[in-house]
Amino acid sequence: MILDSKIPDGPLAEKWTKHKFNVKLVNPANKRKYEVIVVGTGLAGASAAASLAELGYNVKAFCFQDSPRRAHSIAAQGGINAAKNYQNDGDSVYRLFYDTIKGGDYRAREANVYRLAEVSVNIIDQCVAQGVPFAREYGGLLANRSFGGAQVSRTFYARGQTGQQLLLGAYSALSRQVANGKVKLYPRTELMDVVTVDGKARGIITRNLITGAVESHSAHAVLLCTGGYGNVFFLSTNAMGSNVTAAWRAHKKGALMANPCYTQIHPTCIPVSGDHQSKLTLMSESLRNDGRVWVPATVEIAEKLRKGQISPNDIKEEDRDYYLERKYPSFGNLVPRDVASRNAKYVCDEGRGVNETGEAVFLDFRDAIRRDGEDTIRAKYGNLFDMYQQITGDNPYQLPMMIYPAVHYTMGGLWVDYNLMTNIPGLYALGEANFSDHGANRLGASALMQGLADGYFVIPYTIGDYLAQSGYDKIESDHPEFKKSEKEVKDRIAKLLSIKGEKTVDHFHKRLGKIMWDYCGMARTAEGLTKAKAMIKELKKEFWTNVKVLGDNEELNQSLEKAHRVADFIELGELMVDDALHRNESCGGHFREEYQTPEGEALRDDENFAYVAAWKYSGEGQEEELVKEPLIFENVKLTQRSYK
Amino acid sequence: MNLTLKIWRQKNQSDKGGFKEYKVSDISKDMSFLEMLDVLNEQLSDKGEDPVHFDHDCREGICGMCSLHINGKPHGPLQTTTCQLHMRSFNDGETITIEPWRATAFPVMKDLVVDRSSFDRIIQAGGYVSVNTGGVPDANEIPIPKRIADEAFDAATCIGCGACVAACKNASAMLFTSAKISQLAMLPQGQVERKERAEKMIAQMDAEGFGACTNTGACSAECPKGISLTNIARMNREYFSAVVSSENV
Ligand SMILES: Cc1cc2nc3c(=O)[nH]c(=O)nc-3n(C[C@H](O)[C@H](O)[C@H](O)COP(=O)(O)OP(=O)(O)OC[C@H]3O[C@@H](n4cnc5c(N)ncnc54)[C@H](O)[C@@H]3O)c2cc1C
Ligand code: SF4
Ligand code: FES
Repeated sequence: MILDSKIPDGPLAEKWTKHKFNVKLVNPANKRKYEVIVVGTGLAGASAAASLAELGYNVKAFCFQDSPRRAHSIAAQGGINAAKNYQNDGDSVYRLFYDTIKGGDYRAREANVYRLAEVSVNIIDQCVAQGVPFAREYGGLLANRSFGGAQVSRTFYARGQTGQQLLLGAYSALSRQVANGKVKLYPRTELMDVVTVDGKARGIITRNLITGAVESHSAHAVLLCTGGYGNVFFLSTNAMGSNVTAAWRAHKKGALMANPCYTQIHPTCIPVSGDHQSKLTLMSESLRNDGRVWVPATVEIAEKLRKGQISPNDIKEEDRDYYLERKYPSFGNLVPRDVASRNAKYVCDEGRGVNETGEAVFLDFRDAIRRDGEDTIRAKYGNLFDMYQQITGDNPYQLPMMIYPAVHYTMGGLWVDYNLMTNIPGLYALGEANFSDHGANRLGASALMQGLADGYFVIPYTIGDYLAQSGYDKIESDHPEFKKSEKEVKDRIAKLLSIKGEKTVDHFHKRLGKIMWDYCGMARTAEGLTKAKAMIKELKKEFWTNVKVLGDNEELNQSLEKAHRVADFIELGELMVDDALHRNESCGGHFREEYQTPEGEALRDDENFAYVAAWKYSGEGQEEELVKEPLIFENVKLTQRSYK
Repeated sequence: MNLTLKIWRQKNQSDKGGFKEYKVSDISKDMSFLEMLDVLNEQLSDKGEDPVHFDHDCREGICGMCSLHINGKPHGPLQTTTCQLHMRSFNDGETITIEPWRATAFPVMKDLVVDRSSFDRIIQAGGYVSVNTGGVPDANEIPIPKRIADEAFDAATCIGCGACVAACKNASAMLFTSAKISQLAMLPQGQVERKERAEKMIAQMDAEGFGACTNTGACSAECPKGISLTNIARMNREYFSAVVSSENV
């Protein structure tokens, strides 16, 4: 199988403009003859659904929450990047492009990333026009901050609630189209399968989460904007309902899954406090602008701390190891996420962790408070400090915060070409659900940018190219393919309900999460991954013979919802392990202990691994087939990342 | 901690429903309220009983999905969301009463889960600026004084949870509706449709069966985001000036 990424010819900076000119257009009067299904109403889905409806397409939008406004994008805190160069500090489309390629450790497509940087400026204009209240300077113009290791200030933000404000903007545009009758909303509805007819995506099967009804919806194109799969680790910063089900069902219908092992572990999260933990809370990365990361210099001091014999404030300056500042003098506390996370793991593995579990490091604002005063720090981070205190019971103005890395984002996802189409014609993937733009590591404030770029500014052009060529003949939702998929979904539901085993769904999810975190988390080895694979296979068998799903289908049944999701996570977990095992190099969020420089940095192997690993489902219980899309770099020179 | 939970159980929308008592033990003070309910649900599932259904998603206090009337207060004793409430706010041996939001416009779907789609319909009636994607001016061509931007932001932080409605003896949705109307009325982008927006959103609010506002202020006092009552005053002004000048009258 050969993957065609459909990257347009020509110089990098002209590709998108040329492509927009070359794509086929759907005549305005014909647009209303097309139906488009958009699954997901996060930044990617809401922006796509609204923009397509504005153009005249008939859209059906689905989400599993009770309202489209609650998609997980709402939780993003820090900000959104755009190459506006409003600060006159040397930013440009090219610099944002370059930073993203480099930050992604040279595992993303140049053409996609350049386009992302190019349309980033339009996103901010669009959001402001909608009334999104970004932070402003006293002169009334937009404020920016530097974020996540960028050396220019290109991040736009709305206090610590940027995702909320952007999503509410997209949701308002979506709501307007609902009022116009161009979008029909299906909240509390979960995608159960993707339906293909003659090789093309022609619809989906859903389950109504209130009544349990299994239904068919047909369309001329299907967009999956269903977010990331970080919850495969059980504990992550993702919302509780975030899942891989839509992408995974598409995968089993033939869509390739790309780079599934690339996961991002965010360095600044509140540490796990006990077995009851249901999710992890992110503390915005912006805190690293003023907070200093440290652990005690010796294991002895750390032990005393853990036993509660001393308080962090008792530890003298010379007994503190500001390890990021020590190892990376030029970036210090602002090194990229993967570097910061891995180093936290190292010092904790050495026994220098600072909380009861030994898995936490300090993020200390003492010096910033001395320098700028408590009021200034409160003005910048007050809501985050309050949230921290609410969750941990500690006052971060007086005691250093404790943080530890947690799973946060998944760079991998459905393989898409330059048009955001998967290898199944008519099936698109947008936002975190696709693998496209972040390579092996995503920069801070770039996911919001990508979701909105995909939805507002890419798909409205690229979908027309496909629709114009595929015609608007209607496929009825009682076509045999729909009936067949419906039956498969119903059988699967019946199967889950009939097992009546002994262990709850959460029990399996927690076990899967532990396997993934221990062997496919921050640091991976061939040995560990091989072990994990066997464990997951075993877990899968046990799940399908011993899971307990209570209640019936014909009602609101949260255990059944979870059971579907966890069953898919287990299968995805196995593929992630395969992908991590095959990639005999370290890059970005994928760190294989066997492949590191003498200083312990990720060691890439560009000669053998500068490709996208796309996996093809080969049937129940079969090993998946690896299809490679070589990455060709014509504009940037591949170098070893260095943040020293 | 050991606790007694008095929880509203209701099989579906047409079921009458009623309270049931449960005991949970070994609850840690560090648990969130919803994690405490997770413990109960694992316990119920182990015994083969239907778990208690409740809405939640982000568990970070931002998506607005969680609800729950706890000991007579929406989102419990603190001015925060239920998911951000921790068990250290309760005492060992306590009995905690947990109910769904109560309002005609929020029918109970099952146990503690209610239908808040009426809120979506209020936004659909006019909670937006009518701009299509593309063709908008450069973001910095619309300067906005920082004070106004900040105030609009404060109104825009509403998470659509519905606690204001649940707190109000009239089940009024004025605080929710006014937050959106205010945000857009303050910003230059919202001026063009200002009057029409207020009229339409308020009409929708009434059509959904929410009650009238009698200025009790319980909504704002219980709002996890501290949405201010000044928004309601502003909405009333907006509405008044809209109807006196409206072409629809
Ligand atoms: C705590 C946190 C903070 C973050 N902060 C930032 C930040 O500051 N800057 C930044 O750039 N990025 C940030 N990110 C990342 C960013 O928020 C996400 O990557 C991005 O919002 C994903 O958007 P999306 O539209 O792709 O998906 P989501 O917003 O996750 O939306 C998924 C949608 O799909 C629907 N869905 C999923 N599965 C199904 C199904 N089976 N059936 C039906 N519907 C389904 C859901 O209902 C939802 O509507 C943060 C992430 C987290 C977790
Ligand atoms: S106004 Fe407050 S209580 Fe009401 S929906 Fe908004 S956030 Fe919730
Ligand atoms: S679960 Fe999202 S606000 Fe409580």
